[in-house]
Amino acid sequence: MKAWTWSVPEAVFWLVPVACYFLFPGYLVLGSQVLITGLFALSLDLILGYAGIVSLGHAAFFGLGAYTAGLLAARLGWHEPISALAISALVAATGGFVSSFLVVRGGDLTRLMVTLGIGLLLYEPANKAAFLTGGVDGLSGVDPGKLLGWRSFDLAGHTAYWYSLAVLFIVFALARRLVRSPFGLSLRGIREGRPRMPALGTPVRWRLVAVYTVAAGIAGIAGALLAQTTQFVGLETLGFNRSAELVIMLVLGGTGRLYGALIGAAIFMVVQDYLSGVNPVYWQFWIGLLLVAMVLFARGGILGAMERFARPRREASDPRRGRHT
Amino acid sequence: MSTVLGVLFDGIAYGALLFIIGVGLSVTMGLMGFINLAHGAFAMFGGYLAVMLMTRWGVPFLATLPLAFLAMALAGAVMERLLYRRLYDANALDQVLFTIGLVFMSMAAATYAFGSGQQPVALPGFLRGQVRIGGVELGIYRLFLVALVVVVTLALRGFIEGTRVGAQVRAAVDNRDASSGMGIPVDRIFTLMFALGTGLAGLGGALGIDVLGLDPSFPLKYLVYFLLVVTVGGAGTIHGAAVAAAILGIFDVAGKYYVPEVGAFVIYLLMVVLLIAFPAGLYGRRS
Repeated sequence: MKAWTWSVPEAVFWLVPVACYFLFPGYLVLGSQVLITGLFALSLDLILGYAGIVSLGHAAFFGLGAYTAGLLAARLGWHEPISALAISALVAATGGFVSSFLVVRGGDLTRLMVTLGIGLLLYEPANKAAFLTGGVDGLSGVDPGKLLGWRSFDLAGHTAYWYSLAVLFIVFALARRLVRSPFGLSLRGIREGRPRMPALGTPVRWRLVAVYTVAAGIAGIAGALLAQTTQFVGLETLGFNRSAELVIMLVLGGTGRLYGALIGAAIFMVVQDYLSGVNPVYWQFWIGLLLVAMVLFARGGILGAMERFARPRREASDPRRGRHT
Repeated sequence: MSTVLGVLFDGIAYGALLFIIGVGLSVTMGLMGFINLAHGAFAMFGGYLAVMLMTRWGVPFLATLPLAFLAMALAGAVMERLLYRRLYDANALDQVLFTIGLVFMSMAAATYAFGSGQQPVALPGFLRGQVRIGGVELGIYRLFLVALVVVVTLALRGFIEGTRVGAQVRAAVDNRDASSGMGIPVDRIFTLMFALGTGLAGLGGALGIDVLGLDPSFPLKYLVYFLLVVTVGGAGTIHGAAVAAAILGIFDVAGKYYVPEVGAFVIYLLMVVLLIAFPAGLYGRRS
């Protein structure tokens, strides 16, 4: 559990996206999207998996980041990608900070409603302010300049892939450090037994505000990455479907593990890419069935199932199976 | 002045629909503490059933309403017994995932069975048209809607407050464990109320085809509205849901009529403001 030490399986895991670049050169665009979605799911894991806040409106911050980066490039002529990424993260984090005060109060149902409401609150203006955002047609002409003044974004997605992978890795390393700090432990404490944490001297409210702000900032980075690499911002970046799918990916991979977010996003995106080509309606049906079956029979997602497989005897005492009190 | 009254009336009619669909959700959340995001799916299938009965078998519109109610109540009872029951003690995330899964499946099933287009509804002649009351043009169908919902609400109120089973329901809402200890069959009460809620949703779905529209995206499109009725009113209260539905209906219709460029923004803003002011809902008893 050393904060900065990486184990061998972790190192192997990070070789996979590098290998994918050479093994599947025809799928780099999808690959970048997987990496970006993984980053987005990672941000949700911080608040859902670690702090236990169920959010149905996390796409609000993804969209905020995407529109910030998009508007910077398309309307304000700010083409330098990395500084645009930082500004987008800042804008999304500010949005997260302001809304966090609404989210940290109340029970699960109120949180669900408030997160859902915040997502919709951003969706409507983005939809109506067509002169600025392009409305339902989306914001096109997002033209990021050369990366580090050196490589431009190419059509096949070589630059986009490495750029996304690098950003994902850096943010992941920071998030990994964060959840292994005393701060991360206090979040887990809040998830498992919120009423007890004040007795240990933990300022519950401020911890939740902090993690919600950080997660919003990371979601903003993911959104900005998508805007820059696809050179387009669609209205659906803010939509409810994206928030719901994100929760699904994260749960599919396994919450509270960081890697679960990446694995869930990768599997979800690849299967979706394949199946929705066959028939989008069937895809929706199967993902629904998968969710129902997972809740009834396989809580903990893929990584949870692997852990149970590796340590079958501890399964009965998995604290995640019970109700959070 | 007459437009103000007209908008007010349309808002109330819209609110009446939201109420009749949402009240079941309110009861489910208040009684079982269960977050059922799939509630709108029952309303949707109630609507489809009414359309199918009318177009395939020529059943008159008014006769489809009790059928939609009964069919969805039965479906709700079966679902509660087989599936929902297992998740009463699960955490919020599992409940959300499970019911979102049901929503996705129902939307896909509806698309597969009925296509993705809007379903037409042919209202009988005596429900069409307008009447003039005090200088205001009122749609007859909307009048019918409001009247029916008032009747249903009074019946529901009579049931909850005037009957022995109703008293057991109130006891179970107040304290599930104590009621169970007093010999009240809490399990059966849950099934009964769940079925009643989904039945009313089915009725609302059939009634609402003309006002809300009916297509496979229905459960998601109106999910927020149903949840609003519950959270703004306070889970588990019938009058709370009624007041919340009326407020939402009026503000939504008025917002779309007077400031169409802002769209649904009004309603979401209202919701956030109300939830900040009343975190447990207008009539919520639980903090």
